[in-house]
Amino acid sequence: MPVPEIAESFAGSVNLVTLGATKDEGGTRSSTVTVGGAKNVVFGGSAEDAGRAPVVAMDVLDSKPKDWPDALVEPYKDVIDSPADWAKKCVEEFGAEMICIKFEAIHPDKGDKDADHAVKVTGDVLKAVGVPLVLWGCGNDEKDNQVMPKVSGAAKGEKCLIGAVTEDNYKSLTAIALADGHFLITQAPLDINIAKQVNILASDMGFPLERIVTFQSTGALGYGIEYAYSIQERQRLAALAGDKMMAMPSICDVGYEAWRAKEAKLEDAPGWGGAGDRGPMWETATATCLLQAGVDIIRMRHPRAVATVRNFIDQVWKSNS
Amino acid sequence: MLIIAERINGMFTDVKQAIADKDKKVIQDLAKRQTDTGAAYLDVNVGTAAADQEGTMQWLVESIQETCSTPLCLDSQKPDVIIAGLKVLNAENGGILNSTPLNKKNDDEILDKFIEMATQAGPKVGIIALTMDKNGVPQDTDNRVAIAAEIVSKAMEKGFDTQRLFIDPIVLPVKVPNAQVQPTNILNAMDQIKYLCDPAPHMTVGLSNLSQGTNERSLINRIFLAMAMSHGLDSAIADTLDEDLMNVVATSEMLMNKQIYSDSFLKVYAS
Repeated sequence: MPVPEIAESFAGSVNLVTLGATKDEGGTRSSTVTVGGAKNVVFGGSAEDAGRAPVVAMDVLDSKPKDWPDALVEPYKDVIDSPADWAKKCVEEFGAEMICIKFEAIHPDKGDKDADHAVKVTGDVLKAVGVPLVLWGCGNDEKDNQVMPKVSGAAKGEKCLIGAVTEDNYKSLTAIALADGHFLITQAPLDINIAKQVNILASDMGFPLERIVTFQSTGALGYGIEYAYSIQERQRLAALAGDKMMAMPSICDVGYEAWRAKEAKLEDAPGWGGAGDRGPMWETATATCLLQAGVDIIRMRHPRAVATVRNFIDQVWKSNS
Repeated sequence: MLIIAERINGMFTDVKQAIADKDKKVIQDLAKRQTDTGAAYLDVNVGTAAADQEGTMQWLVESIQETCSTPLCLDSQKPDVIIAGLKVLNAENGGILNSTPLNKKNDDEILDKFIEMATQAGPKVGIIALTMDKNGVPQDTDNRVAIAAEIVSKAMEKGFDTQRLFIDPIVLPVKVPNAQVQPTNILNAMDQIKYLCDPAPHMTVGLSNLSQGTNERSLINRIFLAMAMSHGLDSAIADTLDEDLMNVVATSEMLMNKQIYSDSFLKVYAS
């Protein structure tokens, strides 16, 4: 009996997004990153339908992390005090295609640093590396509204991905990202209805849908990954069905979420194997799972996990193209 | 849900007058407003007043295409009028030929002709076929389904993709004596028509016909539309300028989980 052809075809597709502006486009980046373009679910159709391969954005914190486990600090121990050197190491040694600066220390409870600090970090990292940047606020609305518009201005014209805006706090960052030529991250708390609404709100302010990347929130392996997976899957299916308000590429935050899991970081757990391996494995498993749901950009932390995930991406997206 | 906007029809006085005066602006304005309010196709019907139906069809198609790329639904019972429209239709955008019965007393091969015309027009052109034959419009469920089955099998026999076929089970004015049983008959027919092939043929209705002569036209139209959508109706020839009606389409699609809910779901539907 012949194997039946079950490949489905769809009318819609995920938007193509190119991040980073080179000199020709008025920026200073030496490379750009293009994601999106999928016309099917992952593994669902021909190689052309798969769209662009997903990319890893490696996390760099704006100041020395206070709560990272030893296994995660170890690869960065010589550069962890300098975001610029840290970013450079990610690009030059670990092959990062994008850097995500997480402005953790501007949070009122985590250092309460000011906009000058954030602007300096942005400038330093822009000088140190040529890859496109993701600029990610601390999650405190008031502080983000004070600081992130200045960060946006410091990277004006570089076509960064900046965020994240939420249903309750989107106006100031959306307006400034539009003015500065950046791309916008719209965030929802694992809620597909709110995800769509934030996109509509940003669009109502005149922000082009083609310049939005969605962040549905992320759950790590063992900590809600199934919710994140099914929402990513639903977003992809909506995009394929032609829903323009859901046709954006998506980003997820695997590094932070995977390393919050006690299984990733607990030192004193003799039955679980060495902590040095467990963390990267937890991060890898979380990332590869979400990639299969249709995530386009993955924020990650440990270089071994990054290398394994990139190998996975190469095999799935690039080997048959 | 694919709404075929009904207003460019010579039966309406403004369109009739525009045809008589060769006033493109009226037609182009209707095309734009209907597109803006969510029309997937624009129905084009010359009505009965124009002496030169073929020339009028061409004039309408050309006038619309000058300003608007929304695909058109060429609406005439006469193949010659459709052929005239097809000569100037931009079939790249898609199109629908509306409509043909299974057969007629004086033309046993009318369906074949429509299939042939659509095939020649290109792969994006479909047809609307009425569940009606030489004996007229069936009043019951079974005959509607039987005619639909013959239409589907004729399409398959001709190698015409059933995804390009819209079956219209024919909505009759509810105000006509004894016609109140018809909406239920139509819904029952839809329940069966959707199983005639896989994937199911599209189904459409000329919605406004239902409320002809009543005092509550919009209400009757939109309630029946919601009922029919839940029985598998995936297209309708209707008035996109009726905002209440379009809100019912958006809400039904959302309730049937065809559109993801958002607080602004009504607003984004037409956009």
